[in-house]
Amino acid sequence: MNFELLFQLLINGVIVGALYGVVAMSFVLIYKASRIVNFAQGEFLLIGAWTCWWLLTSWQLPFWIGFPITLAFMMAFGILLQVVVLRPMIGEPIISVIMVTIGLSIVFQALMKWIFGVFAKPFPPIFASQTMSIFGLDVQTVYIASLVVSLLIMAGFGWFFKYSKMGLAMRATAFDQQVAQSLGISVRQVFAMSWAISAMVSAVAGVVVGVVNGVSSALSFFGIKVFPAVILGGLDSVVGAVLGGLIVGLLENFAHFIDSQWLNWGNMYEIAPFYVLIIILMIKPYGLFGTKDIERV
Amino acid sequence: MAGTTLIPSGDFKTSYGADTTVFPTATSRNAAILGVAVLLAAPLVFDNYWLNLLIQIGYLGIAALGLNILVGFTGQISIGHAAFFGFGAFASAWLSNSFAIPVALAIPLAGVMTTAVGLIFGIPAARLKGLYLAIATLAAQYILQDFFARAGWFTGGVAGTIAEPFSLFGYDFDTDASYFYVVLAYVVVMFLLATNLMRTRDGRALVAVRDHYLSAEIMGINLTKYRTMSFGISAFYAGIGGALYAHYLQFVSVEGFTILFSIQFLGMIIIGGLGSIMGSLMGTAFMVLLPETMQALTDSLSGTVIDRALNLKDSVAFLREMAIGVVIILFLVFEPDGLAHRWKQIKAYWKLYPFSH
Repeated sequence: MNFELLFQLLINGVIVGALYGVVAMSFVLIYKASRIVNFAQGEFLLIGAWTCWWLLTSWQLPFWIGFPITLAFMMAFGILLQVVVLRPMIGEPIISVIMVTIGLSIVFQALMKWIFGVFAKPFPPIFASQTMSIFGLDVQTVYIASLVVSLLIMAGFGWFFKYSKMGLAMRATAFDQQVAQSLGISVRQVFAMSWAISAMVSAVAGVVVGVVNGVSSALSFFGIKVFPAVILGGLDSVVGAVLGGLIVGLLENFAHFIDSQWLNWGNMYEIAPFYVLIIILMIKPYGLFGTKDIERV
Repeated sequence: MAGTTLIPSGDFKTSYGADTTVFPTATSRNAAILGVAVLLAAPLVFDNYWLNLLIQIGYLGIAALGLNILVGFTGQISIGHAAFFGFGAFASAWLSNSFAIPVALAIPLAGVMTTAVGLIFGIPAARLKGLYLAIATLAAQYILQDFFARAGWFTGGVAGTIAEPFSLFGYDFDTDASYFYVVLAYVVVMFLLATNLMRTRDGRALVAVRDHYLSAEIMGINLTKYRTMSFGISAFYAGIGGALYAHYLQFVSVEGFTILFSIQFLGMIIIGGLGSIMGSLMGTAFMVLLPETMQALTDSLSGTVIDRALNLKDSVAFLREMAIGVVIILFLVFEPDGLAHRWKQIKAYWKLYPFSH
């Protein structure tokens, strides 16, 4: 057994898992507010990362200017998407709404490939020093930064839902739309804001992954990996999403370790979460923290 | 009871038998028979390019019909249909290569094998609905795709596998013209089977599960049984379609059966019309002809300003992908019942002509 590799992979797992958690959170945000399963979540990462990359390379903007512009753009983009495409779909059957988001995802993915090409492009370096030493292990600075960013976002979400007026309005809407509306909450605004925030947060994750791995259409695979995480945690639980993300991240890297040490099957870490997904759906379909639907006639 | 020749202007049916005929009128029955007869002459008229498109519409249409039984009639959703299609293709090639089973027999057997695989992934389907099922089939898509790349004994691994041409009584159906008849025969049989399924208790049970599954359950319909069954049927159709694809190209590679292909299948039934048997075929035709039309368009635009501005030649692949997505969204927003609904409206217009408003 190679303990150093195991340790390294576990750290990787926590870092990647935290990012999964962030994306899963923004996925759950949309689901909770508007009951829409967003298959285009991965494309939010992609669009955010490409926008930031474009600002930083073509316009030569420093990161601290380019990044906020990206966020502002993603916010506008999220609102626009909700108002133009998703709002007319309110009240349509669930299959139609799912299919619309799937359609959006292929449109955006092809659009990004068309504009920016299919090859991965590296981000301009953002940090002065490339690696830091923690407990005698060399860890890349971007990894540390990504972990910090993920934790900040999670804390931000916690604050937002507990204390801010908008967050409370969102929780009220998620609980009962009619009651929320009669209390004077603009449900339309809540829907639009949930998409805006979700797009922004996903874009942060996209930029972080882009800085680590370079930007390419492979980023949108995060949107698929989110499903095992949210199913594990429960579709409508923010805490569950974070935990699910962490577990999936760790699981991936653990599967990679087992694979590289004993099995040698190849891309085990990509596929392991999906096996787990099927098993969870069989034994505990509402996940660890999800609300169990009770149906009354 | 195909007594009437024209569609009556009201509902004058007096028996259940009259309500569940395969063809509503004698005219529509004759038109269908005539249509098949005309298609029989197609290899004499069309060149290989058009025959190739017709064959594609045939085998994809069978698979799309399977998906429509699952999505349109039972109200479940599957994002892994292409994986089952691929499994059918590999299964048929594997059966005929490894066990020397004649291809004519290997195709239905491949359908049965795909059904078995579909049922494995259908176990969660029995308990889940809508959204959760969509995610379960998404997992099925990736797991099967991974399996194709891994299982060299079954799929030939990265190199792909060779499939024997279809042969019957010593005659090889290895040209487009001859294989067209094989596909046509399968299309007719599979579509008649589906139409008849919808006339039986089982078919009506599926529709009841879709419309209101709680009411259906209260009326004594076993939800688990019918959801799993619908999943199995859909996998069977996908398997048959895939097998026909394998023996048409006579080569199956592991790369083709991606999630984009699955989404294309969903696009076909949405465009054609959810819950419409002929709609599946219309939607497939639309989806097959869409890239061809786009290709023709880009060719005709080559050299013009638009071509130079957008660099069409290199980006036509992305434009095709985008077109699939855009068409799906547009149909869902503006014509959620698909082409079949449009066709019904045209018929309704002529039914009362010239007195329709």
